[in-house]
Amino acid sequence: MNAPVSLPPPVRVRGLRSAFGDNVIHDGLNLDVRRGEILAIVGGSGTGKSVLLNTILGLKRPDGGQVEIFGRDVHDPSAEAQVERRTGVMFQSGALFSALTVSQNVEAPLREHTSLPDDFVRELAHLKIKLVGLMSRAADLMPAELSGGMRKRVGIARALALDPELLFLDEPTAGLDPIGAAEFDQLTRELCDSLGLTVLIITHDLDTLYTITDRVAVLADRKVVATAPVAELERSDHPWIRSYFNGPRGRAAQDAGRRNERTP
Amino acid sequence: MSSAAFQILIDRTGPTVKLSGDWTSLTLGEEAMGLRAALRETSGPARIALDNLGRLDTAGAYAILRAIHPSPAPAAAPDRPDVARLFDLVRPAIEKEEAEAGAPNWLYGIFDGIGRGLYAFADEALRAAAFVGQLISALGRTIRHPSRLRGISVTRVMETAGADALPIIMVMNFFIGTVVALVGANLLSSLGVSVFTVELVGVAVLREFAILFTAILLAGRSASSFAAQIGSMKMNQEVDAMQVMGVDQFDALVVPRVLALLWMMPLLTFAGMISGIVGGLLVSWVAMDMSPTFFLERLQQAVPARHFWIGMSKAPLLAILIATAGCRHGLFVGGDVESLGQRVTSAVVQAIFMIILFDAIFALIYLQLGL
Repeated sequence: MNAPVSLPPPVRVRGLRSAFGDNVIHDGLNLDVRRGEILAIVGGSGTGKSVLLNTILGLKRPDGGQVEIFGRDVHDPSAEAQVERRTGVMFQSGALFSALTVSQNVEAPLREHTSLPDDFVRELAHLKIKLVGLMSRAADLMPAELSGGMRKRVGIARALALDPELLFLDEPTAGLDPIGAAEFDQLTRELCDSLGLTVLIITHDLDTLYTITDRVAVLADRKVVATAPVAELERSDHPWIRSYFNGPRGRAAQDAGRRNERTP
Repeated sequence: MSSAAFQILIDRTGPTVKLSGDWTSLTLGEEAMGLRAALRETSGPARIALDNLGRLDTAGAYAILRAIHPSPAPAAAPDRPDVARLFDLVRPAIEKEEAEAGAPNWLYGIFDGIGRGLYAFADEALRAAAFVGQLISALGRTIRHPSRLRGISVTRVMETAGADALPIIMVMNFFIGTVVALVGANLLSSLGVSVFTVELVGVAVLREFAILFTAILLAGRSASSFAAQIGSMKMNQEVDAMQVMGVDQFDALVVPRVLALLWMMPLLTFAGMISGIVGGLLVSWVAMDMSPTFFLERLQQAVPARHFWIGMSKAPLLAILIATAGCRHGLFVGGDVESLGQRVTSAVVQAIFMIILFDAIFALIYLQLGL
């Protein structure tokens, strides 16, 4: 898109503080997501990745600091509707509405926010279902009849229903087999490129980091300790980052990532 | 944001469609189908002019490409790589759509529905029969090896499903007793035989109402909670975990509930009978000046004890019906929330239906026996 340079960043977090009672999760956390990039957030268990996501989505109020999406405070009531239309979220296990068919799940945001004719909404939902790599036969199934991988694909189709500019993916590859996970990563990259999306991924999957992300933000010590491409993070001397990327799994993913670069 | 619009110009070389405004899901509105309808009326393939096109998303790209199908996508201006990318993304999906077309017609849908319904009914009947068989064998095992019985589970169900239901059952039966006495007194005093109110209250409460309303209340209270408890354990894979550990799900979940209800139901019915009669007694006292001593004496003389035993004789069977309806539907819950809701509803509806049905069968049998 012909975006002028002066547009505010899709996500901007400044001085975020989150706490549950005395348990401080984030203190002075800063994060910027740039337009058009795939940014992953990594961190050990309990470092508050999900809390950060919920705060950015406006589901949780920050105990201090500011969270802006497209330059608007997420808790500004006048901005809410606009933020909802411009962002899409895929929750960890899909969070599909179990009473609705796959197609109706994808139609739901379209019916809520647009005035499109019924037939067109249905056709558009089928289009989205095909874009995420499902057969249109799947459109009439109930969520209970889907496998874990299909459920995630429907989740992303629903998140993309309104053509958002900003997409949040919570653990997109968790629970998928390596082949399914690789396909899902590929899908994310393709959709990001062809729809000009900005994507924020919460993940543990080292393969995802090496194959599709532009930058990685590392959560540790209650803040983002580094935001950089993976290649740079490998050279970091922060102890947690070192053990994360240079542990046995990290090295295996590094090797795989390099092999992929040689034979694309 | 400006709304989507188009204009069709026809000259010697054929129709040309000029698109303007933003073609996105939020700005399309009725034009989403409008372009398709308009192009169907023009003859020959249309040229698409994209010069004035504003923003475009997949919804807009789909509306345009679907309208001009099967013509190829129009060429986007070199300064709009986003338009070309969207066309490339959407176009293959539309072609696939064509290949998959041949949607089933409505007749197919009707027969499909009938077939699925029949199959589901037969499947349900088969599974219900299997459930009864498994339950009987589990009960047999428990009788042969009483040590297998989970005493703590049984007492806990007796408390939550039995003792905790006592207040509501007593209050409800009290009101049933008062209503029967009031209606009876009104009717019988017009015939000048208001003393028969005692017989009416005694027979009605002992023989039918106490057991029937206790059973219906337990169906609403316990069949639903059994189905919901076991159903959510099933959804949480707790039932699978038991099976893997070698814990029999009937021993652990069904038998304690059935036995607890079997034990509590007669007690609750007895409490219901007492409070029903107290209700009738109070109404007779207040409304008809019938002294409590007279009421109780007449009750002993005029109402034979067999009505009490007939009422009580239904308790065990109805208890088993209620407990098994709850447990069975709980175990049949699938993996999703939808089926949990459905199963809890069916548990209650089926339990109440069976209660009324078996009460009617009992009434016929006892009538034939001349009791």
